[in-house]
Amino acid sequence: MQYGGKIITGLIIFLGLLCVPLLFNTASTGNAAYKQPKLELPKDEKKCIESTEFMRREHMQLLNDWRDWALRDGQRTYVNAEGKPFSISLQNTCMKCHAKKAEFCDKCHNDAAVSPYCWDCHIQPEGLSNEKK
Amino acid sequence: MLEKALKGSPKYWGWLGFLLVLIGIGAACWVWQLTVGLKITGMNRDVSWGFYIAQFTYLVGVAASGVMIVLPYYFHHYKTFRHMVIFGEFMAIAAVVMCLGFIVVDIGQPQRMLNVLLHPTPNSILFWDMVVLNGYLFLNLLIGWICLEKDRLHLPHPKWLKPIIYTSIIWAFSIHTVTAFLYQGLPGRHYWLTAILAARFLASAFCSGPALLLLVVLITKRVTSFDPGREAIRTLAKIITYAMAVNVFFFLLEIFTAFYSNIPGHMHSMAYLFTGIHGHNGLVPWMWTATVFGLGSLALLVTPALRDNHSLLPWTLGILVIATWIDKGLGLLIGGFTPNPFEQVTVYWPTGPELLISLMVYATGALVLTVLYKIATEVKQDLEVSQKDEVPGPA
Amino acid sequence: MKKSRRNFLKFAGLSAATLCFSPAAGALAAGHGTPHPKPNADQLKAKRWAMVVDTRKLNTDEAIAPLVKACHSIHNVPDIPGNKNIKWLWAGSYEETFPEQPNNFPSEDLERRRFILLCNHCDQPPCVRVCPTKATFQRPDGIVAMDYHRCIGCRYCMAGCPYGSRSFNWGEPRDNLDLKALNKEFPTRMRGVVEKCNFCVERLAQGKLPACVEASNGALTFGDLSDPDSEVRKVLKENYTIRRKPALGTQPSVYYII
Repeated sequence: MQYGGKIITGLIIFLGLLCVPLLFNTASTGNAAYKQPKLELPKDEKKCIESTEFMRREHMQLLNDWRDWALRDGQRTYVNAEGKPFSISLQNTCMKCHAKKAEFCDKCHNDAAVSPYCWDCHIQPEGLSNEKK
Repeated sequence: MLEKALKGSPKYWGWLGFLLVLIGIGAACWVWQLTVGLKITGMNRDVSWGFYIAQFTYLVGVAASGVMIVLPYYFHHYKTFRHMVIFGEFMAIAAVVMCLGFIVVDIGQPQRMLNVLLHPTPNSILFWDMVVLNGYLFLNLLIGWICLEKDRLHLPHPKWLKPIIYTSIIWAFSIHTVTAFLYQGLPGRHYWLTAILAARFLASAFCSGPALLLLVVLITKRVTSFDPGREAIRTLAKIITYAMAVNVFFFLLEIFTAFYSNIPGHMHSMAYLFTGIHGHNGLVPWMWTATVFGLGSLALLVTPALRDNHSLLPWTLGILVIATWIDKGLGLLIGGFTPNPFEQVTVYWPTGPELLISLMVYATGALVLTVLYKIATEVKQDLEVSQKDEVPGPA
Repeated sequence: MKKSRRNFLKFAGLSAATLCFSPAAGALAAGHGTPHPKPNADQLKAKRWAMVVDTRKLNTDEAIAPLVKACHSIHNVPDIPGNKNIKWLWAGSYEETFPEQPNNFPSEDLERRRFILLCNHCDQPPCVRVCPTKATFQRPDGIVAMDYHRCIGCRYCMAGCPYGSRSFNWGEPRDNLDLKALNKEFPTRMRGVVEKCNFCVERLAQGKLPACVEASNGALTFGDLSDPDSEVRKVLKENYTIRRKPALGTQPSVYYII
C-alpha cells in the first residue's frame, strides 16, 4: 500500500478524535451506569392523558400532532384512548399539571442533551423574569 | 482536475488567503446576526427586504448571463467562443452559490430552510425559484465539469450532454424570469407590478453579466497565460451593447407609462428614487449616477471605434456594471418598498454588519470563482490556448 | 394442480375483498379506542368571519388605544421603539388607511378621524399565495392564520401584503415585553418569524368574541359574512361601507362605515 503508514496513522488519529466525546463522558461521570432522572409528578392528578409508557415514548409526536390539529385544523379538543376529552394546549393543559418545567421537561431533556424550541415562544408555568435573558 | 487548484503561485494563495480573511470577518458578523436576529440590519417594517435580497436579484442575473456565451456557441455554432464557454458556465456556478448564500443570510430562521422542501408549495414563486436555481447550479456543474474534463483528455464532448446543454440554455432564461415573477406578481407594489419586469431583468442581466464576465476574463488574461482571443472579446462587447440598449429602452418604457398616465401610484416610486419625496432623497445621487453611467457606457459601446478600443473597454464595462448594479442591486428593491402601503416613506439604508455579511457572501463567490477559473485556465494552458491568439483544441 | 390454483385465486379474491372493507372497519372502531382530535364543543363557527368598523363611533387615538391594549396584552405583542415595531392592531389617518381614495377637500370630520388598522383576513390573500411553506394559510372559516412553528422568516408575505399588516420579529420579542405581565395562556413569538392579527382564533375556539370587539362598546361588529341574517350582514345592509384597496381584488373581510 502506498503511503500505508501515513494513512493508518491518519485513520487512528481520526478514530481517536471521533471517540473523544465518549471518553470524555465516561471520565466525567465516573463510569457510572446511566440513571433515569427523577421527575416531579403532579400531586393531585394520578393519570396523564395517555399511559405513562405512551407519553414517555410518543410525547414528541403527540405534541407535533396537537400543534397541527389545534393550529392548522382548528380541532382543539383531544379525545384520548378512553374517550376522555382534553383541551389541546401545551401551556393550558400539559403545564397545568406539570407545573414545573425545570422538574419535569428539563430533567430528561438535559440528560439526553436535547433542546426542543417549545419554550422560545411558549411560556413555562414558572413564568419568565426580566433579568434572565 | 481539482488538484490543479491546489498548486499555485504565492500570488494565488495570497489572494485566496485575502478572501478567506474577508469571509472570516463577515462570518463573525453573521454569527452575531444568527444570535440576536436581523435587527442588526437596516431593514424594517416597511422595507422588509434590503441589501441581501437585492444582491440576490442582481446575481441571479449574473448567473443567467452565462447563456450569452453558451447560446451563440451551441445554437449558432459560433466557434470563437469555444474557449470562453467554460468561463461563462463557471461564472454562473459562482453566481448561483452567492445567490443561495444571500437567501440563507436573509431569512429569519435559516435552520428551518428545508421546510420549503418538506411542505412544497407550488403556488409560491419562491418555491419555484428554489427549484430553478438549484437546478441551474446542478446543470452548470455537470456540463462545465464534464466538458472541461473531456477537453483535458483531448476527447470530444459526449453526445448525451447535448440535450442537457440545450436544457441549460432555456433554463438560464427561466431563472431570471422566475426571479422577476417573485416581484411582479405582488399586488400593491406599483414599481414591480409591471409585465415588462421579467424582460427588464433579462435585458439588464444580459448586459451586466457579460460585462462582469468580460472584466473577470480580462483580469484572468493579465494574471494567467490564458487569452480568449480578440475576436471573442469584440463579439461579447457587441452582445453587451445590444443588451444595454434594450435595457435602457425598457426602462424608458416604464418612465413613459408612469408619467404619461399620470397615475400617482406608478409615479411615486420613481419620484422617490430620482427626486426624493417628503424630503427623503438619499437615493437621488445614486440613481442619477446610474443614469449618467448607464447612458455614458451606452454611448461608448455603440460607437464602434470606442467599443473596439480595448484599453478603454474595461472602463466602459466598469461604469456599465456600476449603473446596472445601482438600478437592480439598490433602486429596484428600495423603490419597490417605498412609499409603503400607507403612502409614507420609511428610509432604509444597509448597516455596517449587513454590508460585512454581504461581503462574506461576495468573497465566497470570488473564492469559488477563483478556484474554478484556476482549474479552467490550467486546462486551457495544457491545450496551448495561450496568448498566441490561436484557438486549437478539440472539436 | 388445477384445483389448488383455483383455490388460491378464490383465497386471493377473498383476501382482497377483506382488505377493501378493513379500513371502514377501522374507522368504525375509531369512535372508541383510537385517540383523535375534534373541534371544541363551545366554539363559535362561521363560513367566513368578517368585521365591520363603525368609524363614526370609533375614530380617535384615545378611543382606539384600549382596543390595542386589549389585543396586544392578550397576545403578548411587544412594543419596540423605532421602525422595527410589531403591530397587530393600530391606528392610522384616512390618508394612510385609504391611500387610493384620496380627496383634496375632505370634510373636517373625516380629516380628523383615526381608523383602526389590522389584518384584513382577505378572501384572496396574497400573503398565503406567496408563502413557500404554507406557514401562513387560510382556514375554512376565512381566517388567515400563521403557523409560527413553520415560518422560515423569508418575509415574502410582507412584500405580498398590500396593507402593511404583517410584522417581522427582527430581534428577540421577549426583550421588549414586560415578562412579569405576560398572558400565560398564550405564547410569545420567537425572533425570525412573521406575525400578525389572528382574528382571535383562540378565543373563537372558546366561544368568545375577539378581544378588540369585546372592548369596542359596539363600535366593532363581528360575525359570519356568509349568513344573510348575521349581525355583520345587517350592519352592512344599513350602512355605507368601504374596504381598503378594493381594486387589488384581495376581498378584505374588514369593512369601514364612513
